[in-house]
Amino acid sequence: MKKIKSIVALVLVLAMSLTMWGCGSKGGSDTSDGGAKTDSEGKTETAEVNATDDGTVLNIYCWNEEFQSRFKDYYPGYTEDSSDSSKGTLKNDLGEFTVNWVITPSKDNAYQNKLDEVLPSNADASADDKVDIFLIEADYALKYVNSATTLDVNAIGLTDEDTAQMYPYTKTVCTNTDDGTLRGVSWQATPGLFAYRRSIAKDVLGTDDPAEVQKSLAGWDEFDATAAKAKEKGYFMLSGYDDSYRTFSNNVSKKWLSDDNVIQIDDALWQWVDQTKTYTDKGYNNGTSLWSDDWAKDQSEAGKVFGFFYSTWGINFTLLGNSLADAKGEEKVGNGIYGDWAVCEGPAPYYWGGTWICAAAGTDNKSLVADIMKVLTCDAEVATKITNDTQDYTNNKEAMDAIANSDYTSDFLGGQNHIALFAAAADKINISNMGPDDQGLNESFQGAMKDYFTGNATKDEAEAAFYKAAVEKYPDITAPK
Amino acid sequence: MAATRSKKSKVVSYTKWGYIFLIPFFLVYFAFQIIPLVSTIYNSFFENYLSGLNQIGPNFVGLDNYVELIKTGDLLKYTGNTLIMWIAGFIPQILISLLLAVWFADTGCKLKGEGFFKTVIYMPNLIMASAMAMLFFTVFSNIGPVNQMLKGMGIIDNPYVFLDHTKSAIALVGTMNFLMWFGNTTILLMAGIMGIDTSLFEAAQVDGANGSQTFFSITMPLLKPIFVYVLLTSLVGGIQMFDIPQILTSGEGTPNRTTMTLIMYLNKHLFSKNYGMAGALSVMLFIVTAILSLIVYRVTVQPDEY
Repeated sequence: MKKIKSIVALVLVLAMSLTMWGCGSKGGSDTSDGGAKTDSEGKTETAEVNATDDGTVLNIYCWNEEFQSRFKDYYPGYTEDSSDSSKGTLKNDLGEFTVNWVITPSKDNAYQNKLDEVLPSNADASADDKVDIFLIEADYALKYVNSATTLDVNAIGLTDEDTAQMYPYTKTVCTNTDDGTLRGVSWQATPGLFAYRRSIAKDVLGTDDPAEVQKSLAGWDEFDATAAKAKEKGYFMLSGYDDSYRTFSNNVSKKWLSDDNVIQIDDALWQWVDQTKTYTDKGYNNGTSLWSDDWAKDQSEAGKVFGFFYSTWGINFTLLGNSLADAKGEEKVGNGIYGDWAVCEGPAPYYWGGTWICAAAGTDNKSLVADIMKVLTCDAEVATKITNDTQDYTNNKEAMDAIANSDYTSDFLGGQNHIALFAAAADKINISNMGPDDQGLNESFQGAMKDYFTGNATKDEAEAAFYKAAVEKYPDITAPK
Repeated sequence: MAATRSKKSKVVSYTKWGYIFLIPFFLVYFAFQIIPLVSTIYNSFFENYLSGLNQIGPNFVGLDNYVELIKTGDLLKYTGNTLIMWIAGFIPQILISLLLAVWFADTGCKLKGEGFFKTVIYMPNLIMASAMAMLFFTVFSNIGPVNQMLKGMGIIDNPYVFLDHTKSAIALVGTMNFLMWFGNTTILLMAGIMGIDTSLFEAAQVDGANGSQTFFSITMPLLKPIFVYVLLTSLVGGIQMFDIPQILTSGEGTPNRTTMTLIMYLNKHLFSKNYGMAGALSVMLFIVTAILSLIVYRVTVQPDEY
């Protein structure tokens, strides 16, 4: 007994002294960190530009190879390393640079975690490690745009004239809400459309003409009626639960969070919930989830789905890829259901995705970064070329209107000029109710509601589960009382 | 002084070498066990997370994190989920392992290719749990081979969504845990059985005991220490279950968080690097694990052993 007592005493003493030691070192370093951060933040807000021009290494942070391939194809002077595609050299009027691509997939928030790790201390990083360019998506853009980690693009050399032809919404996404400065630019605009199978439309509606089909999908009432008709013929209107989410979430009348950080679920989102529940119960959708294998399969020849909500990149890249019977074969009519697709505006305007280029505070290649932005996002010629080469929709109104009014056609879409539809849709996008935590909240909302759709939870339970998940993700927000 | 020294030198003591050889272990244990443990407890008393890019805290909040955790009231639910999934895997695992261990260890059985089978049943443990979960995810997906087979045989018309139903989701996790660990358990139990004096088995045979009598009256009682060890390690491992359900359900514990384990819940708090809440949860997990281990130990090990 005595022995046990003395052991317990020893352990307690050890634990206490360790804790104190832990407190001392940890607490100390934390406060000094905090202090440094507010200091540097204060400075960057007031200083002219937190950037120099003495670097020779250009570090680009992104989450996939899309921008890399655009950079390779359309920015002059870049040669990719033959052995390692994440490295390259750049030679132009501004000098000779080594280019490093740091690609972190966005799954499980990994990309943002990476940015959060390096950006706040970027100014103090060694010259070769400084982040110069990083890419962001709309759903979390404000998190970075509203911080001192991004530079005002006007301050590094882009003029209002340079960005005049960009679609207004692409600029709003990257406008700092405090001082109104533009903190990022994009080479693409991503208006969304409804892509449908021509053969199924013919069977269900008797026509595959985009203008006629649009009449049957012009509003949600018409859309629901068409869904019922499709069901009668043995088709699904949509593939999964989340397919139509963005057409509702882009048209909300209030932000996710109120001014005092309380979650507010907009009526448009409840409309999505009710519609999707109805569609699930009546068998109008196929119960898949975005990006899952069965969702992709629904876009192939075997699919029985009327159509998909897709934005620009989704049509020329994802949908086209999924519709081919032979993925490695030539992209032409006869390979899978290439050519059996068409697009129309659908019931509501929306956008989906898009990539913005930001200059990182602390960059040591200011002029080069500005030049890259100028060439890839402001040049009408480059924009036209990208669209003609890749069918992607670029962020230059003048250039896109020219293509929209030309005799441009897409074989994949059965000879339709979809650029004209994009041009019309791009002007209607309204993103005034965007917030910095949209991505996490949208994902949690979709996840929680899925249990309601599948019958594993009631609507109230799903709502409560959403609040729970949201507060776990963002400890500083609260659920409504 | 001199006298004692001369006295000591007469006996060569190797004791100090024992301590010296133990130093690396204690260093590693200190660096990777004690320090994290203490800093976890320390962190659990602070509000400390990222809001966007801004660090909030650390601010001392006392027991607020614990109160918050208990107030949410989900801890019991996740503990229950974890235990159910552990039991779903452990029961088939221990039954099959016992059977195999007895067969392998029984010289009377004269199994052929024993080495081969021992290797094969251990194999699944060599696969990464995440790879195993990915495999099951694909095999049991809506368009996976299992659903296609069921459809082809005319058992179902529409694909059965395994992860949309609590029972099937738990069954999948249980099956994976079983497949991964039964080989390991078999080998442990076999070692235990082979450690039993063969003369006892022979004596039983002479007395005319049949197979099940031998098993229940000789093998089981003498196997108890190993059995308890297997149960305890499996329980502690089970409470820390994470990778399989995490990957199978993309971290959501679908449906409706019925397959969310304690560590998956912990992981949820790391989205915003919420060290305070995660710390508090870890400490509670530590306490739960300790209590459960104690209970199991008390229940299974009677003092009047042997």
